[in-house]
Amino acid sequence: MKIFCLSSRTWLCVAILSLALFAPVSAKAELSDERKSELAYFLEQDCGSCHGLTRQGGLGSPLTPETVAETDDETLFDVIMNGIPGTPMPSWKPLFSQDEVHYLIKLIRKGKDYDG
Amino acid sequence: MMVKFRPYVLTLFALLLSGCVHEGLRGTGDMGLVIERTDGSILIVDHSVGKSLGRIEGLGDLSHASAVYSRDERYAYIFGRDGGLTKVDILTRKIVGRVIQGGNSIGGAISQDGSLVAVSNYKPGGVKVFDSKTLDLVADVPAKEAGETKGSKTVGLVDAPGNKFVYGLYDAGEIWSLDFSKGRTPKITKYRDTGTQPYDGLITPEGRYYISGLFGEDGLSLLDLWHTDKGVKRILGGYGKGEKALPVYKMPHLEGWAVADDLAFLPAIGRHELLVVNRRTWEEVGRVPIHGQPVFAMGQPDGRYIWVNFALPHNDTIQVIDVETLKVIKTLKPGKGVLHMEFTPRGDKVWMSVRDANRVDIYDTSTFERLGHFEAKRPSGIFFTNRAHKIGL
Repeated sequence: MKIFCLSSRTWLCVAILSLALFAPVSAKAELSDERKSELAYFLEQDCGSCHGLTRQGGLGSPLTPETVAETDDETLFDVIMNGIPGTPMPSWKPLFSQDEVHYLIKLIRKGKDYDG
Repeated sequence: MMVKFRPYVLTLFALLLSGCVHEGLRGTGDMGLVIERTDGSILIVDHSVGKSLGRIEGLGDLSHASAVYSRDERYAYIFGRDGGLTKVDILTRKIVGRVIQGGNSIGGAISQDGSLVAVSNYKPGGVKVFDSKTLDLVADVPAKEAGETKGSKTVGLVDAPGNKFVYGLYDAGEIWSLDFSKGRTPKITKYRDTGTQPYDGLITPEGRYYISGLFGEDGLSLLDLWHTDKGVKRILGGYGKGEKALPVYKMPHLEGWAVADDLAFLPAIGRHELLVVNRRTWEEVGRVPIHGQPVFAMGQPDGRYIWVNFALPHNDTIQVIDVETLKVIKTLKPGKGVLHMEFTPRGDKVWMSVRDANRVDIYDTSTFERLGHFEAKRPSGIFFTNRAHKIGL
């Protein structure tokens, strides 16, 4: 009976738990957490090869939130997907989906200190 | 006056002395360093025992970092991406000098006489030269002409005989040389129109030929340093003619010059091939189809095999090419992010950094078996001290 006395709180817990359980599932429909952390790692390490681990630039332009502030998402998307002909920036289309590129743009805008 | 020691006192002395030798004195010929690119640290390593001896921290942004050694093989000069030039004593494992010399740098070289260290910069461009003992600035050579506001990125900086440094200008498409043979004010020689977007350069092991790899065109540029009056000529022009270039997810590096017999092996840009060149005529003599876009093509010290690593998405693989048959004889899968390889001086072993596994692997070059490994945080470049005595490294 005691259990039933606590029932409203228990149900609340169940509700919260289910939300918590369902949240990753709905996120997975877009990108899994695992994939997100792979993308964050990729951005740091592999984009970092040309743009610098601190994203201050190198062979490639700087990729800090400030330096991309004036560039809209559409342009960034186009640059990542199609590259910049005549420069070493390649088209990443063969390696990433559109959703993944949008997520990379989100990470770039958040900056280096955001850990994904 | 004669002093007599009892035997046990002598034994004690001997023990103490041997203890001191063991702890205090050692050569550095089997030492080296591994760059830990993310944490701005390096590991000091011993390749006789295949281990890390300790970590040095505080070297800044080490993405794309590289190192050269003083001729006594005691000091390493590490070139960081953030413009940091750090001098490290590998015996005491301490930083003994550090300057932030530019905004964004890409590599460096030490002069033939060991007295100068040059650093190549992306931002603000140009090359700065430092005293190797004190790290005091000796020369600052912007890569621009009078009236120009923006300097060119400089790439492929190497040392050359005659106390020279040679490098490419990425934006201007030129090769410059700084001659320090007459003192500390360099004589600058500029070679114009040497090819579009030189992305890296190398000098042949005897120090005679400087070669620029070109991103902006199919081909490479060759400068004969014995006959500089003849200028720069293009070699392997149009090696990709009629073919659609594949995306390049990491720029090749030419530092690992692979030479065997009369042949040289160079990574193609935008092709999954190694280009094989005759070193006398500089004509293409063949191509080796390989697993992906090559990054490093490095000759085993005995010249028998060429080891190649790859750009994304093939960076989990190493291929070994037999110089006699020009065929891939072995494909290894050490793990994701194999960024660099380094041979022990006589080539019995090869070390490789496996970035994503946080590991350095050690392979036997005769059996291709992995002999051991140790942990390293996001390892990239591996540099053994025998580089101290090699032109261009």
